[in-house]
Amino acid sequence: MSEKFIDLFKETLEITDDSVQLDTEFRKLPQWDSLAFLSVIAMIDEEYDVVIEGNDFIKLITVADVINEIKNRS
Amino acid sequence: MAIVHCNNVAIKGIAACVPEHIEDNKTLSLLGGSDEAERFIGTTGVEFRHTVNGTGLCTSDLCFEAADRLLKELEWGSDEVDCLIFVSQTPDYILPATSCILQHRLGLSTDCFAIDISLGCSGWVYGLSTIASLMASGTMKKGLLLTGDTTTVTKSPRDKSTYPLFGDAGTATALEYTEGSGSIMFHMGTDGKGFDSIMIPDGGFRNFYNEHSLQTEEVEPGIYRNRLQSILNGPAVFTFGITKAPRSVNTLLEHFQLSKDDIDYFVFHQANLMMNEKIRSKLKIDPSKVPYSLQEYGNTSSASIPLTIVAELASVLKKGHHRILASAFGVGLSWASVVFDTSDLVCPDVILLSASQKTIP
Repeated sequence: MSEKFIDLFKETLEITDDSVQLDTEFRKLPQWDSLAFLSVIAMIDEEYDVVIEGNDFIKLITVADVINEIKNRS
Repeated sequence: MAIVHCNNVAIKGIAACVPEHIEDNKTLSLLGGSDEAERFIGTTGVEFRHTVNGTGLCTSDLCFEAADRLLKELEWGSDEVDCLIFVSQTPDYILPATSCILQHRLGLSTDCFAIDISLGCSGWVYGLSTIASLMASGTMKKGLLLTGDTTTVTKSPRDKSTYPLFGDAGTATALEYTEGSGSIMFHMGTDGKGFDSIMIPDGGFRNFYNEHSLQTEEVEPGIYRNRLQSILNGPAVFTFGITKAPRSVNTLLEHFQLSKDDIDYFVFHQANLMMNEKIRSKLKIDPSKVPYSLQEYGNTSSASIPLTIVAELASVLKKGHHRILASAFGVGLSWASVVFDTSDLVCPDVILLSASQKTIP
């Protein structure tokens, strides 16, 4: 799942290099902003049928945290 | 469960009025260049917005023009209107209620029920449920529901998370008690846990207007506003909308044993394109049944559903019978869905109002 999620995440943020890894703190990516945030929420809902609410998303720091949150909810 | 079912009350006409002035997001310097503007427009769908632009036009001015035109087109005498509801979060004054001012300005009888309701995005559907319930007993025969906001006045022009999304508009919806006219069916919901997701912190009575209210702060990098300007927590509202709106639509359809095929058009509150498309795809509704007006007008709060009907569906609805489902979600947090029928709907073109035409009472 990790590899697929990273691909989807990069596609959503239009990232083509390998700057996204499991331990990447996604908020530090230059492509991360409020529109990117919304796109990622929409992508997770679309692909995994999981809606992570804003207040819960705040606690997630790395890409791996997001993947674990999706796993816990699906 | 908040289900409302009103018989014998029909929507006879809908009109909408916007300020003449247009802002173009493609050239908005706040968005910082054409690439970012293009990305913003691609994601949110909002390209143009009609704004009051510092002219002092109020929601009530826009609603007045819409109501005045609608009464003329319907050939209703102003003394025939028994009730008026004004739904807005940008009233003329803290007091008195703007509905009282509009009763007089429209020349309605003093034997008139008038009330203000403070709701935003969900306001047209909530207002419709209130006025239809009031009229269902048959003693009040004709009613006007006026909804809208001049939200651009409440947005910081230095806040790209809010300012480029919103436009100003006022609308009028005319209802009549008509036996055998069918049903209007509603489902509503509320979750005040998210009260601070969309809010203006100061200027009410919890945080009274004070010496700090006008101090502009950088709340996030590049986002500046003061405490009389509106906060919008985009991700919180987004997750709320894509969860609650589809559920509300399905609850309404299930409760009244309706199928999506029974509905000719689904008109959603015009929040932003990505959110609305997400809701549409979750409900598996064909795009041809879902009109959008946000490209031309942006998010116009409680005006967005009637404005979309007038701007996008008028030519169809003017003739014949149609069944519409409308669903709205936002500030409160509050959401509501409705199914109603129209028959030869009176629906004048969107009215453009310039500040010079304003006739202050």
